[in-house]
Amino acid sequence: MTAVAPAPTAPRLRAGLAACRAEGRAALVVYLTAGDPGGDVAETAAIVRAAAAAGADVVELGVPFSDPSADGAAIQAAMERALAAGAGLHHALDAVAAVRAAGCEVPVVLFGYYNPPFVMGVEAFAARCAAVGVDAVLTVDLPIDELDELRLPLAAHGVGVIPLVAPTSTAARIARVRAVDPPFVYYISLTGVTGAALDGARLAPERVREIRDATGAPVAVGFGIKTPADAAAVGALADGVVVGSAIVARVGQAPPGGAAAAVATLVSELRAALAPR
Amino acid sequence: MILATAHDPGPHGRFGRFGGQYVAETLMPALAELEAAWRAARVDDGFGDEVAALLRDYVGRPSLLYRAARLGAAVGARVYLKREDLNHTGAHKINNCIGQALLARRMGKRRLIAETGAGQHGVATATVAALLGLPCVIYMGAEDVARQSLNVFRMKLLGATVVPVESGTRTLKDAMNEALRDWVTHVADTFYLIGSVAGPPPYPWMVRELQAVIGAEARAQLLAAEGRLPDAAVACVGGGSNAAGLFAGFVDDAAVELHGVEAAGHGVATGEHAATLGAGREGVLHGSKSYVLTHTDPARLGQIAAAHSVSAGLDYPGVGPEHAAWKESGRVRYQARTDDEALAALGQLARTEGILCALETAHALAALPSIAGELAGRGGEPLIVVCLSGRGDKDMNTVAQRLGVTL
Repeated sequence: MTAVAPAPTAPRLRAGLAACRAEGRAALVVYLTAGDPGGDVAETAAIVRAAAAAGADVVELGVPFSDPSADGAAIQAAMERALAAGAGLHHALDAVAAVRAAGCEVPVVLFGYYNPPFVMGVEAFAARCAAVGVDAVLTVDLPIDELDELRLPLAAHGVGVIPLVAPTSTAARIARVRAVDPPFVYYISLTGVTGAALDGARLAPERVREIRDATGAPVAVGFGIKTPADAAAVGALADGVVVGSAIVARVGQAPPGGAAAAVATLVSELRAALAPR
Repeated sequence: MILATAHDPGPHGRFGRFGGQYVAETLMPALAELEAAWRAARVDDGFGDEVAALLRDYVGRPSLLYRAARLGAAVGARVYLKREDLNHTGAHKINNCIGQALLARRMGKRRLIAETGAGQHGVATATVAALLGLPCVIYMGAEDVARQSLNVFRMKLLGATVVPVESGTRTLKDAMNEALRDWVTHVADTFYLIGSVAGPPPYPWMVRELQAVIGAEARAQLLAAEGRLPDAAVACVGGGSNAAGLFAGFVDDAAVELHGVEAAGHGVATGEHAATLGAGREGVLHGSKSYVLTHTDPARLGQIAAAHSVSAGLDYPGVGPEHAAWKESGRVRYQARTDDEALAALGQLARTEGILCALETAHALAALPSIAGELAGRGGEPLIVVCLSGRGDKDMNTVAQRLGVTL
């Protein structure tokens, strides 16, 4: 009996990225914290849909966590707002369900820390991700060495994983990513926490190319991308551009009920900067 | 060389199904570098001699093993106290800091950072930083800064920068988050000196080996004094470093019972406690899989719960992964004692022996009557060794407040 290769995970996400590539531009990946600011599922879903309508190609939906040790001040504050409003893992999953119920097909990557899915049970979490329409999961504190304990249950349900690659990652570590066949890899463009300043000098085109060649996956670059000009610069080199803290800061500053509009404004400016190459 | 103990958890830091390396990718190469440096240093005679010399000449080791006759009479056992409170800086924490700081220097790191709860680890880190001439930043929850002002002042006098952490519950776990953020950002030149047997590998194992001097000395001293091994060894458990250090000396002696005592705070049933092993569940926090205090209701599923203890050093919702494995295997038995029981035990030790211990340590003492009673039921006078992990000066404000006394 020959082993049949399993179908690739996250088909909607892979197709979305392929479409961007066909247009000759980098994909815009927008990070939002679920439940920020008000802890209302309908509002979270509305913000995701507004981001998609304004041009986000992928939405990374952050699951609020009490101990976000890899995140900087902006995302910590967003997570604290969301937690105070009662949001958590179930909120994030319910919000994705609401996004799909409204007919919005933007690829969604659930972004977070491992303890909430672990406490839910990885099998139950994977089934729920698939049921609500999560395309892939990025877990900050699951490096490639520990990733399989979540990756395999997710893959059985057709949900992908997004590995992180850091400036400090060795070639040997990066090469191990290929085996998990990710829809894309997230390259953290600097050593630091989310929201730190972009250091353009460190983002060498060769580095992005090396990672793409070593992993066989598109490379999205994040950390420190705040303005349309930053997005254009990074978009010229990478397959995807991740904007997080700058979006989250807009949510934090928006008047009550105004978060979706505030996000849409910044997303459309960022998207306009990602002209076809 | 460093006193090498058995039970090497291997490159992935596994203690049974606990441990592992649950950290951001950015830190993985740094952890690999640290582990390689530690593995080389621990078998290097030159490094071992350096550590041993400072432990002897600067810390004052070996620490005394003192027979507490009046306390023993009160609890119904022959009780020995392993006097880590007599170490320079007043607690067991310095044993680990000496080793890690010398390792940092050996690795060419130019800056030390640490988290602290009660402030004992912060003081010990600031002390070794001053000793070696390295700049040092201590992260401390804002809540702990307020209740441990004396230790904050000591750290500043020692030349450290103390950063109050305002996020989350403003206690030890948040200080650790902030220290991890600092390390992620300055990973090339910074050494993160973790104070307990928690965190990603190699910390749980490295810190246990650096604290194993407690158990090794206690074992030899007891054999010299009594001609036999104890019936039980007892220590308090927050993250679990003084317990791991004491237990390391006896874990292979099957006849020696090992007892870890957690903080029950206002009582485990109230939900306001730090009994991670007793009332928590398996989870992932700060780089390893272990027991954690975590919410299980739908809205807060998987969020880390706030711990509570009158003792800032036990006020942590996680615990070292090796303790989780010891609980699972049954090799160590864990129980929890409340704030009030700890305060009473602190008073009892003060009045029977003239020793003011730390509130953390008092939890271990509070468990003595029940442990002694159970052992006595088997016949003969039980022989028990307790790790007197720290002195109580830092806690006098808290104790006075709890007793309704204004200083």
